[in-house]
Amino acid sequence: MARPYRSRINRQPSQFRIKFIPSITVILGSMITALPLITDYPILPPIGLLVLLSWRLIRPGYWPVWAGFPLGMVDDLFSGQPFGSAAFLWSLVFLALETLDRRGVGRDYWQDWLIASLSIIFVLICGMLIIDFQSNLLRLEILVPQILLSILLYPFVTRLIGTIDNWRVSI
Amino acid sequence: MAPPRNRRPGFSKRAQYSIFASYLLGILGAVVGLLLLLISIFDPQGFAVLRTIGAEATAPVSKTLAEVGGATGNAGDNISAYFNAASKNAAMERELRSNRIEILEARALKQENERLKRLLDLDKEVPDAIGMARLISSTSSSSRRMATLGLGTTDGILIGQPVRAPEGLVGRVLEAGPTTARILLVSDSQNVTPVKRASDELPAFATGRADGTVDVRPINLGTNPFKGGDLLITSGSGGLYAPGIPVAVVIRKTDTGAIARILANAAKVSHVIVQPMFQAETVAAIKQEEIDRDDAEAEGGE
Repeated sequence: MARPYRSRINRQPSQFRIKFIPSITVILGSMITALPLITDYPILPPIGLLVLLSWRLIRPGYWPVWAGFPLGMVDDLFSGQPFGSAAFLWSLVFLALETLDRRGVGRDYWQDWLIASLSIIFVLICGMLIIDFQSNLLRLEILVPQILLSILLYPFVTRLIGTIDNWRVSI
Repeated sequence: MAPPRNRRPGFSKRAQYSIFASYLLGILGAVVGLLLLLISIFDPQGFAVLRTIGAEATAPVSKTLAEVGGATGNAGDNISAYFNAASKNAAMERELRSNRIEILEARALKQENERLKRLLDLDKEVPDAIGMARLISSTSSSSRRMATLGLGTTDGILIGQPVRAPEGLVGRVLEAGPTTARILLVSDSQNVTPVKRASDELPAFATGRADGTVDVRPINLGTNPFKGGDLLITSGSGGLYAPGIPVAVVIRKTDTGAIARILANAAKVSHVIVQPMFQAETVAAIKQEEIDRDDAEAEGGE
């Protein structure tokens, strides 16, 4: 293999990867709605949110508290929700997670999954209520398949993000 | 996971302030998000430009993949068709025989219909299509039911135009960009379609339920004459949809009306047709008639 010579000591990981890969993956996750999946039913998990939660729980302290706002705005461009809905809900989730982190107790993987599941349920249900509170309050059961799918997909997304994170910090 | 470091910044005022400031920014983000949300609830078209930019940016990917998906999406159906082929064949033969008779009857009716229409001079009212295209993506992760169409203002698409498939009504154009348009599907909970029962023209409203069905409420409250199997077609009131487009079939009665399944399932239709607004068409036709009459009178006066 003809690889260019690289220094063996004092290597630095790529600053571009360190700084931008998490945001890029979240935005790509939000763009998943551009795939030609036409459904008559809200069924596709909110991949942008899953990716964001994975990063947030794998690397606590990487995102600032306000990061939910700009990333949520990008998600609003593609999700079809009223503009500002994800910006608001993701900010709330970030505030809650930050408050949780301040307690400084170590968490294991199962607790992370539980926290992610609760966040997903919160965002999906509030997202539906934002659209039309009165009539949707009685119809929340149509979210059940989407919520279950999202919760079951979370570990796989976390795996993927973990792999990407390893690559991100590798030198 | 180990507890995160740098949570307790010690005596460094600078570190303490930066943590405090990031908290404030987080709360500010939530508040601004709530404000944006309120703005977009009271003025739903306010951020249409931003969303259109998003749709236009991802349109090349969607369009390409939609073409590929159209080719491979039926593979499962094709394979499953091989099973039970013999019994299916027999059933289809029977169906074909009965259909042939019905087709002959329908042909006779069509001829009669055309003759009557010529008598009434109604041919002008049937609107023709502005464009035909594929639905390239949809809001499949949100409870809003919207789809993106691979046509835009450069193809003559305007906001409000009805979109239909051969099976029935699909929705109407909500936002239009240069090469993409957002379609508000019939099943969206914000979409109210004026319908009537095909058998006796009983007027009603169909409101989407976000799961492929609509809530049907008769205009005359207090009565609930619906029963399973009733066909609902557009009534033409409101001036958006041309009358007579099939919308849904009643599947069960409720306390205040009925629940009906939408005929043109956005997930199954391959191509949709965009039609001109019904009322605009009528207005244009009336204007044309007036001009013709004026011309005729002017000629008569000379």
